[in-house]
Amino acid sequence: MAGAIARWFNERAPGLAPMYRKHMTEYYAPKNFNVMYYFGSLAMLVLVNQILTGIFLAMFYKPSALEVFPGTSEAFASVYYIMRDVDWGWLIRYMHTTGASMFFVVVYLHMFRGLMYGSYKKPRELVWILGMLIFLVLMAEAFMGYVLPWGNMSFWGAKVIISLFGAIPVVGETLVHWIMGDFSPADATLNRFFSLHVVALPIVLLLLVVLHLAALHEVGSNNPDGVEIKKKKNEKGIPLDGIPFHPYYTVKDLFGVGMFLLICAFIIFFAPGMGGWFLEHDNFVPANHLVTPAAIKPVWYFTPFYAILRMIPFKLPGVLTMFGAIILLFLTPWIDRGQVKSIRYRGTGYKIALALFAVSFISLGLVGAEVTAEAIPMIFGANADITSIENLFGRFWVLVYFGFFVFLWVYTYFGLEKTKPVPERVTTHD
Amino acid sequence: MTKRVFFFIALSLSLLLGAVSAQASEGGGELMSAHVSLKDKASLQRGARLYFNYCSGCHSLHFMRYSRMAEDLGLTEKEVMNNLNFTGAKFQGHAIAAMPEADAAKWFGKAPPDLSLKVAEKGSDYVYSYLNSFYLDPERPVGWNNTVFPNASMPNPLWELQGLQVAEKGKAADGSEIVTGLKLEQPGRMSPEQFHAATRDLTAFLTYVSEPAALKRESMGIWVLLYLAAFTFLAYLLKHEYWKDVH
Repeated sequence: MAGAIARWFNERAPGLAPMYRKHMTEYYAPKNFNVMYYFGSLAMLVLVNQILTGIFLAMFYKPSALEVFPGTSEAFASVYYIMRDVDWGWLIRYMHTTGASMFFVVVYLHMFRGLMYGSYKKPRELVWILGMLIFLVLMAEAFMGYVLPWGNMSFWGAKVIISLFGAIPVVGETLVHWIMGDFSPADATLNRFFSLHVVALPIVLLLLVVLHLAALHEVGSNNPDGVEIKKKKNEKGIPLDGIPFHPYYTVKDLFGVGMFLLICAFIIFFAPGMGGWFLEHDNFVPANHLVTPAAIKPVWYFTPFYAILRMIPFKLPGVLTMFGAIILLFLTPWIDRGQVKSIRYRGTGYKIALALFAVSFISLGLVGAEVTAEAIPMIFGANADITSIENLFGRFWVLVYFGFFVFLWVYTYFGLEKTKPVPERVTTHD
Repeated sequence: MTKRVFFFIALSLSLLLGAVSAQASEGGGELMSAHVSLKDKASLQRGARLYFNYCSGCHSLHFMRYSRMAEDLGLTEKEVMNNLNFTGAKFQGHAIAAMPEADAAKWFGKAPPDLSLKVAEKGSDYVYSYLNSFYLDPERPVGWNNTVFPNASMPNPLWELQGLQVAEKGKAADGSEIVTGLKLEQPGRMSPEQFHAATRDLTAFLTYVSEPAALKRESMGIWVLLYLAAFTFLAYLLKHEYWKDVH
């Protein structure tokens, strides 16, 4: 029976089976993937979760800033209608909100993996560029999704982030009003963000994911040794260190999915707000253009970039520096001239630099999340000058963040790196 | 250079630790601990009774239906309609305040806020502390002030239970007068212990109101985690079996 169905399809669409083989059973992945290699498939899992839960949320959510009772919009009320009156609505929404944060957790780890093992290097520059584009679209998608509940942090976050475009000379102000469709975030803004969040950006995101995978499967996966497995093939043309993606990595990723879902389920059922990190306290208050939250700060995944913006004294330079932080990541394949891919065989300088880069990202995150502003009086006493200590601290880590790329270029361009010999074949496997 | 780097790494770590402890004592450490338990149904019921007798005149719960509350707190329709619903609202309706918003805004300068999500916004410790921190202040328009939310325009609705508190004043470092503590000047119907218990019940009720799903979330979560643990174990065995022939 199954054979008959397969034959039926094969007669009508002869390209399907070869495509399946190319990407699954005859896609040869290096056999030495370690734990850092789970995050790509996990990101896809979260994407599917966001789309499925999003479909159900969109059935009940209303993108309307009109008041349904004094001080509360229809959008805000519809979110709590989902949380209280819709059967399982709370679970669907917590899956979506937790998914949003976990998306960035896995994407940041996935990107860091790329930096560790040189996955951005030739011949995978295009894979990296497409991945960076996914990251950019994901940030836009997350920002717009965050605005939809129309809580007070949604409103003020939208106001601050959109007003960044006002830093552009000449057209800035007009551009801000064009994006908002009003002079302040309002009903028009909410409607267009809903449209972009549920239709436009997900389509772009899916397309980019397909291209990211297509580009990857063309050149083949990198691995923790940074060895090109295609250089050593057997008589059938199969890489000696390669194993078919299906079934080996499908079953391995299934185990990764189990571990990941355990963490996610723990958050969803026991700490859906994550103490204000995943669901911010100020967003339980309906949007109010007269009352500013005590501290306007983005959700945790934007805080490193927000900190860079805040640490630079003027608006336009701040915005440029913030975007520069992302543009440099785009350019990493050309900034890093080193031939050795994996951190295992790279010079000590690179190891220290990458560790400091990671510390700078986390430290900037703490600055952006106002954690340092809270912690400084506890460490330096109540009379400490929070702003100057925070500026000193934050600007140092901004320097480290950008210094990483400068160092990387100097280190590799002038041949200062003392690398270790790279083995011919991969060294480990499960 | 290296020293400087190490200094900043140490600073980062200490800030991180500070952040974790700040998170643990959210709100600045000045607050009393509410220690509410959503598993204690009797406490939630007592809290509901206090809420509808002392709070619902002015404050609304726009997102809370009487019927849902009855179901979650183990009350019958009759019990809710006779003892808790004083506005004549339908059983399926939301618990809206008796006082019209427009009048409220006129009397207090600002309509009393909706309390559906108050605990989600401020935390249960804040609400509990706030309820315990009213004191008489003749300088305020309604004669009351609050140490947790200074210059709040709300009078103490529970004064006959708590009694009347007055402020003990002291001098701040810069010489200005500040409230250093609160003293019970005239006892109310409840002893301080009874009043703490009552406000804890009330806080527990508002904690429930801010997220009714919390009642079943955790008990369901245990089963989900157990299922996923079994799934992950099987996935591990499957992976182990398949990978036996990778050499």
